[in-house]
Amino acid sequence: MASYAAVLIFLLLGIGLVLVTFFTARLIRPSNPYKEKNQTYECGERPFGDSWVQFNNRFYIFALLFVIFDVEVVFLFPWAVAFNQLGLFALIEMVIFIVILVFGLVYAWKKGVLKWV
Amino acid sequence: MTLTALAITAMIKVIVIISVALLGVAYSTYLERRLLGILQHRIGPIYAGPYGLLQPIADAVKLIFKEDFIPDNVERVTYTLAPVIMFIPALLTFAVIPVGDTITIMGHEIELVISDLNIGILYVFAITSLGVYGIVLAGWSSGSKYSLLGGIRSSAQMISYEIAYGLSIIGVVLLAGTLSLQELVAQQESFFSWYVFRQPVAFILFVVCAVAETNRAPFDLPEAEAELVAGYLTEYSSMKYAMFFMGEYANMLAVSSVATTIFLGGWQGPFLPPVLWFVIKVFLCMCVYIWIRATLPRFRYDQLMNFGWKVLFPLALLNTMVTALIKVL
Repeated sequence: MASYAAVLIFLLLGIGLVLVTFFTARLIRPSNPYKEKNQTYECGERPFGDSWVQFNNRFYIFALLFVIFDVEVVFLFPWAVAFNQLGLFALIEMVIFIVILVFGLVYAWKKGVLKWV
Repeated sequence: MTLTALAITAMIKVIVIISVALLGVAYSTYLERRLLGILQHRIGPIYAGPYGLLQPIADAVKLIFKEDFIPDNVERVTYTLAPVIMFIPALLTFAVIPVGDTITIMGHEIELVISDLNIGILYVFAITSLGVYGIVLAGWSSGSKYSLLGGIRSSAQMISYEIAYGLSIIGVVLLAGTLSLQELVAQQESFFSWYVFRQPVAFILFVVCAVAETNRAPFDLPEAEAELVAGYLTEYSSMKYAMFFMGEYANMLAVSSVATTIFLGGWQGPFLPPVLWFVIKVFLCMCVYIWIRATLPRFRYDQLMNFGWKVLFPLALLNTMVTALIKVL
């Protein structure tokens, strides 16, 4: 537990540092906002339309793939640490697990999901 | 040691590490500008102080005196929080990096690492991935189209390279059988037992993914100034802007330290004191970062995604499996 306490001290000091910096900056900087200055930047044009625009749904598919394979990586970590004791049996099991997931990747690949147009 | 003594040493170590890290961040900006200048046959900053060495301080003073205006249609809370979320995780990585061997001061044995977690590598990967939230939230809350595009690009890029990044380390963990960074360094005592020689493919994968994870050229699409103005940074000014920059450089330093610790033998080295060896190795990693930036043009977005999913990811998986197979045989 002591080692995590040190990390906690680190976190608190880091946050404290940020707060102090922001606070100091607030004390000494000028503040002169007006309407034109506070417009959203759009290369000098008057901004038009909503800023929260729709975006391509390809991003979602990549997010989906990511979730699957990131979980796989998380499973690989304890497997790799304990590999010395587990040996060949663990390797075969992990190969089966990975082949199933890679099959998913190949399927997505063949479906053209990974192609960015 | 008593509990108070432990707390006091931890406190001192944290303060020293944070100060050194911040100094490193400040001078990384100087190193980058100076080295880029030399690589492009320019001079770089030379006027502030001898050899321009006071340039980072001048920059900091300038940024802290700048007006910090917040555009009208931003989400104020997330907008303010985003730079902090970017900066803190980058700093937190240093909590598990061993910077030197055990030393003895006034009869106390002191380990030169803030806390040697037994899941060190996992901690590093968990913490460094958090930084992307800062970028995504900044992009979303700024209420600007450029920012939003930058934020989305960044998240897509991060998740594409995150997997290969994690997988590249599995090969090393397989050989090492531990996740503790201190033990990892102890295993790399002689030059040829460095993991860069035992896992060369993993090292290359790690370097490529690390550059992508820290949003550096040639993977700096989230802020590609030629197309997105400044990406997620567009609406930021003053100290908040500076915080993002410090976060980026702290990330680079953190990744360099991790690469040094995992692949390049950490603080191990002959003749010179261990801490110096560590600093030298991190410095060289930073130089490589800047060298890459000066050399390579930026990727196109489709190339970037293809490269991540169709090259790096299968290669990382293959490397893991081959390593495991060799280990069994």
